[in-house]
Amino acid sequence: MGRKILLITTDQQRYDTLGCNGGTIARTPVVDALAASGIRYERCHPQSVVCMPSRSTILTGQYPSTHGVWMNGVPLPLDAPSVAELLRTSGYRTALVGKPHFQPFFDPFQRFLENSLGDSTVPSGGSHRGFEHLEFATHGPVGPLHYSRWLAAMHPEAIGMFYRVLDDALQVNADGGGDTAAPQVHVNAIQRGWYHTDWVADRTIAWLDSLAADDDWFCWMSFPDPHHPWDPPESEVGRINWRDVPLPAGYPARREERERILDAKPRHWRMWYDGTLVSNYEAPARWVPATLTDDQVREVNARNAVECELIDEALGRVLRRVDERGWADDVDVIFTTDHGELQGDFGLLFKGPYHVDALMRLPLVWRPAPSTQPTASVVTRPVGLVDLAPTLCEIAGLPAADWMQGAALPVNDPDAESRGFERVLTEWDSELFGVGVHLRTITRAGWVLTRYLPGTVHDGSEGELYDLVADPLQQHNRWNDPSCRGVRDDLFDDLLDHTPPTRRPRLQLEAPV
Amino acid sequence: MTVTRGSVRREVRVRRPADDVWRWVGDAARLPEWWPGITAAKVEGDERTITLGSGIPMPEKLLTIDAIQRRFQYRITGPIFREHTSTIDVHDLGDGTSLVVYSIDADPATMALVIAGAAGNALQHLRQLVEGES
Repeated sequence: MGRKILLITTDQQRYDTLGCNGGTIARTPVVDALAASGIRYERCHPQSVVCMPSRSTILTGQYPSTHGVWMNGVPLPLDAPSVAELLRTSGYRTALVGKPHFQPFFDPFQRFLENSLGDSTVPSGGSHRGFEHLEFATHGPVGPLHYSRWLAAMHPEAIGMFYRVLDDALQVNADGGGDTAAPQVHVNAIQRGWYHTDWVADRTIAWLDSLAADDDWFCWMSFPDPHHPWDPPESEVGRINWRDVPLPAGYPARREERERILDAKPRHWRMWYDGTLVSNYEAPARWVPATLTDDQVREVNARNAVECELIDEALGRVLRRVDERGWADDVDVIFTTDHGELQGDFGLLFKGPYHVDALMRLPLVWRPAPSTQPTASVVTRPVGLVDLAPTLCEIAGLPAADWMQGAALPVNDPDAESRGFERVLTEWDSELFGVGVHLRTITRAGWVLTRYLPGTVHDGSEGELYDLVADPLQQHNRWNDPSCRGVRDDLFDDLLDHTPPTRRPRLQLEAPV
Repeated sequence: MTVTRGSVRREVRVRRPADDVWRWVGDAARLPEWWPGITAAKVEGDERTITLGSGIPMPEKLLTIDAIQRRFQYRITGPIFREHTSTIDVHDLGDGTSLVVYSIDADPATMALVIAGAAGNALQHLRQLVEGES
């Protein structure tokens, strides 16, 4: 009998939303406890700051350039390598419960297999991408996935309670709600037990209950929250009074200060803020960030924190069931997310081509199986989601596959140093109706450098350079600072040396998201 | 700035003469044969109703079926669309091969992306079918 694996991902969760990472709004005692007895990573970055590329990296252990999913809407090929398949063929029982998003959701032609698997929890052929058990959910009640079908069958009255994710023009909805009319904030009257967070935990528990005591298992439990819309069950919203929520450190309260900071960055930052450029589909096209108010930032952060608390409590229920099954000593638990959320930083919300900590610095906690007698530690060296797949292999006692591009996560800083964890890379490529934006980013030795490739509003000479120690909020772009020229050149060359080659032929964008 | 109208193009090169490709593209009723995700097409005069894989019926008006230019144009007239025109051109490359270009203009713009994504996949399927003909 080997070590069992519970991989928990959330969607669009910031590093600083966890108590163990210094967060003060949401109470997250379950993940905090895992961190206290395991390994907490202070600098884990995604290889893309949007869902589909990032999730594809988790599954394949490859950079977006390699697996080819360069933006939301580009489907991961069905024959893409999968760490779940490695585990399954080595004897693990495997399940994916919650949000997959390896293929687009927007699918009226129903061309994508993952949108037609909702009839059953067992895929035809025995497995899909290495998972023998599937129960899918996303952010709302509409669509063909398992959660939507369950809600329609069991609680149809709840369907209309959720926020309407798309507007009449099929753009991400900009409509506001709550007390402040913040975009994607909505009062959801749904009962807590019917909301997708608890559903994901319920279905995970049901699958665990179906296993034999001596089964080895790998479960990817994938919560759709705290991604927008911010519409948690209204019964839970009272936990946190948004009026008591402090403004984020990354949100300059004075408009002039916000705009001064944005103006020192490549110009697409300010253009989006002013509503003159929409570069990607993921944020509401009709929403102008310059209209964001202090109170809206507070309410978004409060509701986001409620969603984080619900996830923590749902995870707690699953871990209690693991204990009840007698597996507590043999389960590795990994908690992370696919990317972050601006959540008020720089006066912005949502996500886009903005490679700063809000989107890149992720929560990552690995509590190795207690039977391995792990030593609690904090890793400050950079790691990436690309390192998860080799880590899962290592836990299972398997060699990392040769197609994986990361390495098993270090267990402490000396381990990281000895195994060369020096840098982490993040990519962005978006092309939306003639607006192209292309970023390549390296984070190393306390600095983050972003190179801009030529695009619609960039000529290829632009960049960003931040000293993460002196400027943790990344408000002072040092790209053109002569005193930083040496650092910039060194990082730039290092980035070029380590950027993976781009897959050819390039995969096509097949849907908006 | 909010984009309301979108224009997207997809293309494929087929290693067969343009007339061979046109036999598929130029027949409005044959669309389900080469477009994965369209399960049926009913043609009555210049009206065509297709059925999507999700079961949604989509009425269309056929605008141009020109065998000389090898141009096929249609407009989706169903709900959601404020405006739409798609054009399929089959170009003879003069070397026994052809280029099929599928151009989509739509409002809302999002639907241009959706159709283009499916059209790109359909063009690949079309290529396989035509090149596989004996």
